[in-house]
Amino acid sequence: MNSPSPPPAPAQTAITAAQTARIAQKRHARNTWLRRCGLAGILLSISLIVILFGAVLTIGLSAFWQTRILLELDLSIERIDPDQTGDAQIISKANYRAIVQEAIVEKAQQVTGALSRQDRRAIRALVSKIAPYLVRDQVLDNRALIGTRAALWLPANNDVDAWVKGKIRRDIEESRRPINALQARVIDDLMATGRLDRFFNTDFFTRAASSYPEVSGLASAMVGSLMMVLIVVALALPLGVAAAIYLEEFARPSRWVSLIEININNLAAVPSIVFGVLGLAVFINWFHLPRSTPIVGGLVLTLMTLPTIIIAARAALQAVPHSIRQAAFGLGASKVQTVFHHVLPVAIPGIITGLIIGITQAVGETAPLIMIGMAAFIPEASFDPLSPATALPVQVYMLAGLPGRGYTELAGATIILLLVLVLSLNSLAAFLRHRFQKRL
Amino acid sequence: MTNLIGLALIVLLSVGGLHVRARALPGITTGTLTAYGMALTVIPAALAAVAVYALDIPGFVIIALAAVGGAAALLSLPSTAALRKRIDRIAIVLLAACAGLAIIITLGIVLSLLFEALRFFSFVAPWDFFFGTVWDPRFSSSGDMTEVGQFGLLPLLWGTLYISVVALLLAVPIGLLCALYLAEYATYWQRATLKPALEVLAGIPTVVYGFFALVVVGPAISNAGDALLGIQASASNALAAGLVLGVMLIPFVSSLSDDMLVSVPRSMRDGALALGATRGEALSQVILPAAAPGIAAGILLAASRAVGETMIVVMAAGIVASIDLNPFASMTTITVKIVHQLTGDQVFNSPQSLVAFALGLTLFVMTLAMNVIALQVVRKHRRHRE
Repeated sequence: MNSPSPPPAPAQTAITAAQTARIAQKRHARNTWLRRCGLAGILLSISLIVILFGAVLTIGLSAFWQTRILLELDLSIERIDPDQTGDAQIISKANYRAIVQEAIVEKAQQVTGALSRQDRRAIRALVSKIAPYLVRDQVLDNRALIGTRAALWLPANNDVDAWVKGKIRRDIEESRRPINALQARVIDDLMATGRLDRFFNTDFFTRAASSYPEVSGLASAMVGSLMMVLIVVALALPLGVAAAIYLEEFARPSRWVSLIEININNLAAVPSIVFGVLGLAVFINWFHLPRSTPIVGGLVLTLMTLPTIIIAARAALQAVPHSIRQAAFGLGASKVQTVFHHVLPVAIPGIITGLIIGITQAVGETAPLIMIGMAAFIPEASFDPLSPATALPVQVYMLAGLPGRGYTELAGATIILLLVLVLSLNSLAAFLRHRFQKRL
Repeated sequence: MTNLIGLALIVLLSVGGLHVRARALPGITTGTLTAYGMALTVIPAALAAVAVYALDIPGFVIIALAAVGGAAALLSLPSTAALRKRIDRIAIVLLAACAGLAIIITLGIVLSLLFEALRFFSFVAPWDFFFGTVWDPRFSSSGDMTEVGQFGLLPLLWGTLYISVVALLLAVPIGLLCALYLAEYATYWQRATLKPALEVLAGIPTVVYGFFALVVVGPAISNAGDALLGIQASASNALAAGLVLGVMLIPFVSSLSDDMLVSVPRSMRDGALALGATRGEALSQVILPAAAPGIAAGILLAASRAVGETMIVVMAAGIVASIDLNPFASMTTITVKIVHQLTGDQVFNSPQSLVAFALGLTLFVMTLAMNVIALQVVRKHRRHRE
């Protein structure tokens, strides 16, 4: 490059104005092209977000509604409690299944006339198999129902639900669809007379996972997630902040400190499943903590979120102006007093932002929880950290793996809730960070 | 058990707190601070004691309460110089212990993986594991311990790398373009709105991507394969998993590259523009070359993420371990097999379960190597800038 080159011939330097303009045009065209490519990349990413959200919403949104049928049930004294004992044991053993089945068959026969045995079976299948248990619970809660003909809204079968929501094509051959012509006729009649309707699916929020998709909910998963978040906050926050304070305020640069720093940065990038394997080997196999429990899940998630919180807390401490420390020293405070009474309070918003990011990470994490056996059907929500539980993302994984349209829909609905939770936590963190930056 | 630990902690902390306070009292003139501090320790302690015996509150709540009480006591201590010095020393040691926890966690990971992996290697020779080309672990529930099956890592490694490459082929160009636009072309307002929008993508839990791949992308690709190419593609194929994994990595690549582009000194950018370069020329001939090592490190970090990602591949990639070039084929990865070998009804001491630890160790070493190199490059790059 730097070797002396012969002076250019004068003829070559004579570039016309038209030529320069053409070159400039070409260069600007290339610039515009690059710019448009960048914009296209961004638009593509944003349309991917839209597609993802759109797909989840179309799949899951309908699960927030539940189809119910209004049935007049014969809750006469002879059928529930013939000896009038009032004993809960006897009342709970009455044949509610027969009562529910009779009610729906009776209703159908008003529309269709007398039905054959096979048709009666088809009609009985319209009501959820869990309906008798719901009737039993209602009777036990409200004894006044005994001896009356009570009209109750009971959940319909999952296929009826899908049919009413238009998720089953009506034009395909009768033998290949789950709702036959007779059932369809009865459903249409019930709908026309206002005895079959869609309600907001409260069961989805109040009941635990069930083998009947029409009444399956995520109460136990929500409780499990909440328990684990509490454990993460209780453990990762003090430990993480303490580690950050040491590294930022007390540690003098040394081999030991740089080893810790490298460790923290690397731990933040270790695949989450490795933490699951660690939890299985250490907490379950060595310490013999019970499997599938929130305490083990919480510990594993704590280890996972600890690096995130340490890094965020260090950044928050770094951002505290030096003048605050000097003022405290000047008034005779010790190093520890300076840090705890003056530096830490100023850094709190930043630390909380980091904590929220850590919680978001913990709430959405699935793989390590599957490793410690939390992918289980938990029929009862429990606040005990030592009894088996599940979590929202794990429930998504489980529901998505189950066959049947109803479960996919439920998985979609669970994802909608999970996304609302995670995105609002993220926006809260972003908002706090924004406020914090402004103030300093 | 936890109740007892909690109770012991409470007694220890309140007695300790009172002791310290009693010794400090003579030197203090204002009693308010002390009363305040005592209230902070004694009240939670009393409450916790009631909780243990009357309300049957779980032990860990009590431990947490005790810890809060103890911390409050420490923080509200009166300032007698000699006492303060001693407490400061204790506090610093405690803080250092918390920082040292990071090393303990790493050691825990390495030792637990190593210990269980060594037990696996007592059943299967390391050579057969690392260089075996057949993955066929028999079920250990058959009871016959002599039949151990074959545990070849290579098919799993192939699937892992194949899916990661597909993901990076999607994520790197798109992520880089996003970063270029955001760093160099976007107006202030565009940047303020588009960057958070991309971060939304980064905040979505991976199980959501897995569901998307399983329910939407997998079947779509399989149908498209049938209709356009006449290939019998299974609904769980390497392409679906790879593409969705790529979508997940876009914001990761874009935000890391964006950081690197923005950290290129203003003077270099201004210099190029002052010499008459267009923005595109400044970008491609000055800024990109300056940021290249950092961007490469970012891509390496993204690759490490791709290799370690679990949920998307568990839900969408399939379970057949095969070495295949066909993107429509079902493939499996190291992470999928870790999940499969450790869930379900396996006897824990069998090679069929223990292999998961050997796989975990392999995964840990692979990702660790990538991360260490990437972080080293980033740090060197940063120091260079400063």
